[in-house]
Amino acid sequence: MSKFSIVFDRLRTEEKMLQKEAVELGHEASLIDAKITQINTSSQIQDFDFGNIVLERCVSYYRGLYFTACLEFLDIPVINEFNVSTICGNKLLTSMILKKNNIPTPKTYFSFSGDAAQENLGKIGYPVVIKPIIGSWGRNVMPLKDKDTADAIIEQREITDGPLDRIFYLQEMVDRPPRDIRVITIGDKAVTAMYRKSSDSFKTNIALGAEPEICDITNEMEDLCAKASKAVGGGILGVDLMEDKEKGLVVHEVNNTVEFKGLVKVANINIPKEMIEFAVNSIRK
Amino acid sequence: MKCPECDADLSIPVDAAVGEIISCGDCGADYEISKKDGSTIEIKEAETVGEDWGE
Ligand SMILES: Nc1ncnc2c1ncn2[C@@H]1O[C@H](COP(=O)(O)OP(=O)(O)O)[C@@H](O)[C@H]1O
Ligand SMILES: [Mg+2]
Ligand SMILES: [Zn+2]
Repeated sequence: MSKFSIVFDRLRTEEKMLQKEAVELGHEASLIDAKITQINTSSQIQDFDFGNIVLERCVSYYRGLYFTACLEFLDIPVINEFNVSTICGNKLLTSMILKKNNIPTPKTYFSFSGDAAQENLGKIGYPVVIKPIIGSWGRNVMPLKDKDTADAIIEQREITDGPLDRIFYLQEMVDRPPRDIRVITIGDKAVTAMYRKSSDSFKTNIALGAEPEICDITNEMEDLCAKASKAVGGGILGVDLMEDKEKGLVVHEVNNTVEFKGLVKVANINIPKEMIEFAVNSIRK
Repeated sequence: MKCPECDADLSIPVDAAVGEIISCGDCGADYEISKKDGSTIEIKEAETVGEDWGE
């Protein structure tokens, strides 16, 4: 029997499945609400009930990230590590790390002012995809089909003027079927995959209503996902791929707190069980 | 339990756990179960979706 915990801020189906599976496997898993946990610079590991490893499952990215920093300060191993979350939560850092590791990824442009973004768009042309460097569920991921739309979006960024609004992430539009591929990797191994099909939207996020359909993991996918997982530092991840009609498979992002309630419906493996077994095996001996 | 917003009856599943979100069937307000002790349940207003939410 091992003792570990699941840190959450909103208890979703996933966290409940993880806890249920842990108990069924004979482990002790406590659910810990990050929103009501107090930590200070004198805190000791014994003051808490985290057990030997933590699965960080907050829906709020920043909360999960900084909670992870606190856990690592207490010398508690966390899945995923702070450094992994830092990269995966940030599309700019992810794109660069994928490219550095020779993993095929869409060509992406970075500009650091609205004017520079407009100038670049004048050179590269349309269509392109604009994304916030931090964000999920397809939020504010937008295809830019012409200059008018681009100008409007850039102007909007100047109005909202958040700290990350001055960083422009523009990506080539991948010519692909109306779907993408989500692969869950556990310890660098692709364990299950689905197509996410969208009939009426450019975006294929399950959170936006795309339909999951089981996808066989090919050797190429297995290899790409292992590389992508290693590149960002490993753990439990959701690797997203698109099927570029010219270049073949490209990895466009790696997700940190992977959601799987869509995938469990079609997967032929027990996803929460695999995750729990990995967590238990990761406990420092 | 009554919905603090609209006073409708809230239906809370018996197996609902602390941290879970329940929605009012009438007005749609979201509540988080903040305490559960046998049959006594406390709720608080749930957080609204943040810009940094998601996987
Ligand atoms: N370069 C692109 N070309 C075509 N479609 C894209 C491109 N980038 C993203 N998409 C679509 O938009 C969705 C959301 O983009 P993604 O980068 O995964 O952001 P998020 O983190 O919000 O899910 C993808 O799943 C895919 O369907
Ligand atoms: Mg995505
Ligand atoms: Zn109500």
